Amino acid sequence: MNSEPPASSASDERELVTRLRSGDNAAWETAVRTQGGRMLAVTRRLLRDDDDAGDAVQDAFISAYKAIDRFEGGSRLSTWLHRIAVNAALMKIRSQKRRPETSIEDLLPDFLEDGHHRDMPRPWKLSAHELLERDETRRTVRDLIDRLPDDYRTVLLLRDIEELDTRETADMLGITPNAAKIRLHRARIALRTLLDRHVMENSAR
Amino acid sequence: MTCQEMVEFLMDFLDDALPAEQSRDFQRHLEICPPCVAYLESYRETIAVGRQVCSGPGAPVPADVPEDLVAAILTATGKA
Repeated sequence: MNSEPPASSASDERELVTRLRSGDNAAWETAVRTQGGRMLAVTRRLLRDDDDAGDAVQDAFISAYKAIDRFEGGSRLSTWLHRIAVNAALMKIRSQKRRPETSIEDLLPDFLEDGHHRDMPRPWKLSAHELLERDETRRTVRDLIDRLPDDYRTVLLLRDIEELDTRETADMLGITPNAAKIRLHRARIALRTLLDRHVMENSAR
Repeated sequence: MTCQEMVEFLMDFLDDALPAEQSRDFQRHLEICPPCVAYLESYRETIAVGRQVCSGPGAPVPADVPEDLVAAILTATGKA
């Protein structure tokens, strides 16, 4: 899970869950105020628009409210809500199918008959750390991630940014773990292609 | 192993998930192919950059939930 400090302790959360399950209104307001900020950060990472991110958090709390009786307490409340928020954001992404969408094939490297690269990969003169010291690169990288086709962008976001494991990612996307692995690899390859153009343009400076 | 296969097996190699013989082939190829070394390094940097962009300094931080959103959520769940 993305490493932010928990808003409350485990025992605070257990007590809150008990109150939530009993339908305590004040408890729900506490849940929104103590957990909502982190959930909003999650949905903002996944969605591009602040309004969409807010809508997804609202959807997430509605889902949580409907499902609270089924929450067994096997994980922390914050973990459970994190998953629900991720799922709400994914559903929003799915409902916003972008047209036209770049084909992943256009972002994968080409190879010659003999298995050599058609375009020779060149070393990047800047490291990730050096690249990200420049603010414009941070914004650009986020834009580049958003240019990936949705099926690949979501896997990259869930695995590399939300740090869900392969199985959790596959479950959330309704695909097999093997399909999740392949998509992640292709998403990273595609992002590398886009970054390569950016790095090469900016290395001269 | 061809350069094309190197790209295909790259993630498994970095995850230590290649069978021993394939892993050796992979390493031998790296010894003689600077473009594949460059590709591997840039793939690694791509992962690092992606992770840091969304969670490093300057990334979105948990915020207080705006009051209008709190109100909307509590209304929607009937808990206002």
